[in-house]
Amino acid sequence: MNGIDFDIAHLLAGSLVLVSLLELYQDRLYSLLNIYALHAVVLAASVAWQAFVQDAPHLYITAAIALIFKATVIPVALHRIIVRLGIHREIEKVVGVGITMLAGMALVALAMVVMLRVTQEADPLAREDLAFALSVVLLGLLMMVTRRNAVSQVVGFMSLENGLVLAATGAKGMPLVVEISVAFSILIAFIVIGIFLFRIRERFDTVDVQILNDFRGERQ
Amino acid sequence: MTFNALAGVLGIPAIAAALFAALPDYRIAARSNIAATGLTLLCSTSLFFVKPQPGAYFLVDDLNGTFIVLTSFVGFTTSIFSASYIGHELEIGRLTPPFVRFYHAMYQVLMFAMNLALSANNIGLMWVAIELATLTTVMMVGIYRTHEALEAAWKYFILGSVGIALALFGTILVYMAARPVIGEGLDAMVWSVLVARAGAFDPALLDVAFVFLLLGYGTKIGLAPLHAWLPDAHAEGPTPISAVLSGLLLNVALYALLRFKMLLAVNPAAIAPGPLMVTLGLVSLVFAAFMLYRRRDIKRMFAYSSIEHMGIITFAFGMGGPLANFAGLLHMTMHSLTKSAIFFAVGHVAQVKGTQRIADMGGLTETHPVLGWTLILGVVAIAGLPPLGIFTSEFLVVSSTFARAPALALVLVFGMLVGFAALFLRLNSIAFGEARGSSEKAKASYVPMFAHLGLVLIAGIYLPPALVGWFETVARLLG
Repeated sequence: MNGIDFDIAHLLAGSLVLVSLLELYQDRLYSLLNIYALHAVVLAASVAWQAFVQDAPHLYITAAIALIFKATVIPVALHRIIVRLGIHREIEKVVGVGITMLAGMALVALAMVVMLRVTQEADPLAREDLAFALSVVLLGLLMMVTRRNAVSQVVGFMSLENGLVLAATGAKGMPLVVEISVAFSILIAFIVIGIFLFRIRERFDTVDVQILNDFRGERQ
Repeated sequence: MTFNALAGVLGIPAIAAALFAALPDYRIAARSNIAATGLTLLCSTSLFFVKPQPGAYFLVDDLNGTFIVLTSFVGFTTSIFSASYIGHELEIGRLTPPFVRFYHAMYQVLMFAMNLALSANNIGLMWVAIELATLTTVMMVGIYRTHEALEAAWKYFILGSVGIALALFGTILVYMAARPVIGEGLDAMVWSVLVARAGAFDPALLDVAFVFLLLGYGTKIGLAPLHAWLPDAHAEGPTPISAVLSGLLLNVALYALLRFKMLLAVNPAAIAPGPLMVTLGLVSLVFAAFMLYRRRDIKRMFAYSSIEHMGIITFAFGMGGPLANFAGLLHMTMHSLTKSAIFFAVGHVAQVKGTQRIADMGGLTETHPVLGWTLILGVVAIAGLPPLGIFTSEFLVVSSTFARAPALALVLVFGMLVGFAALFLRLNSIAFGEARGSSEKAKASYVPMFAHLGLVLIAGIYLPPALVGWFETVARLLG
């Protein structure tokens, strides 16, 4: 692999981490969805570039799924759900933005330290990709635990899955079965979540998970 | 062409799921559900005699043969219990016919997913199957659509997805470790190829991969501190699903972990997976044993008991060696049988009493003698009293540990005793004491619980040499 190929792949994967960090400090649902769409576009670009440099045409399918499904269909659908259900447009956070961002940076550093250390024998592109992918996964997790609102938890989960797709495409020659399954699982997951959101809407007047949590624990 | 039993084990549930989705009559669906799981059981037992050739996607060996037969058996008995349970739910209007149709289709999808996960030779396929099983159970847990059921399903979904995502990351790392040795493509995800060449893999990558797999599949096993979804999911879903969750799905996740443990065992430079599993197992055991004390909901209590027993089983497999593995396998089988029998009894009890609150169900032996005494027998079994099967397996776990690590054995015994005391404290008020709640006659199906507890009793008194020989082979396989 020559210099420029590597640089572009590196740039795209790094951008994905950056967009993940952007997601962390959004406080409006609409802007969060826009940033998520950007996340998916960057992922699509990154996967397409991998398809090009690895000469693996099947990866273009994964890129197309990311572009059409994740960057377009899902944000639009979620947008409509928010409008239809009249969900609060503001995101309620468990902890402040400052602390979340610091924790996010610490997680990225952790991912770098762990992955770069254990993959010294792998080829440089795969190493960088895995390290970035782990960062995206951890940032997605962080987002899920620091948000109370169900929609933003779902967005956290989807960006976590984007990290997994990045890892899967970085692992050169990984069988297609996994890529399709990842895309497919997002589809299923989305249907499930959709059903859930509607059911929750039927029963409660909010999609705020904090209110669900009030029912936690033992029956009284 | 010879008869392919595996095609039956996977095909019957898949076809049945499609049929049940289209079948409006719940009585026919419930009966065909029993028939379909019965046929699956027949096919799975034939795996003992004829094993299909391992391919790139499927593999049946002695290890997963045991799991598949156990899954099909408990799936079959649960479907018998489920028929009477769901009938009652329809009668009192907790479920409506469309939901019951959905329920039966999902039941078969779940059986399909579990058998697929167990028979997969491809670590990617195994992951997909476990994800499918998770999503299916999420929908089943939320089927009552009450506040609590929705919250339980949401929590299960979020935590389960995170676990599954971590497991996928681990799976990708295993592929990364295998690629330089095996080469690109399908072979580098085929377990039987991986295990043959794992000695040459990069140990550092394998280590990290195993940590992710342990956290990921450990969430699905319900190991503390990743167990938060488990009590809610058990308490709020329909009881047949609690029985299948505790008895089977936890085992499936454990099976996935064991496959990767075998992979690491081949590589001398990789970390030993044992101590990690031993630690998580002991933490789960002791934690769950203490949590048993303050439970007010009967299904929630037995859910914690499942965490406790999965802790013991993970501990036993973590210790490794022929004896501990044998004990772990036996304990897993006994726990599956006993815990599902308990949930069968609890399901009927909760239905006749109209509540799951322990405080509202007293004097069960007076109001419903058969159910009451069956529940007592089940709790006696699960607490590990002789002469039932769990006593044998727990005794084997403890004695094999005492020989090798006395300090760990002390913790183990301590946890078991704490859990034991908690269970009997609760049992006393449920089974004896003042009669509370309705004493209406129960329309219960007793056959499944009697069959399970009968098997556990027989295993406690006399283990057939054929079974011992079989488990010894599997234990050696596990290393």
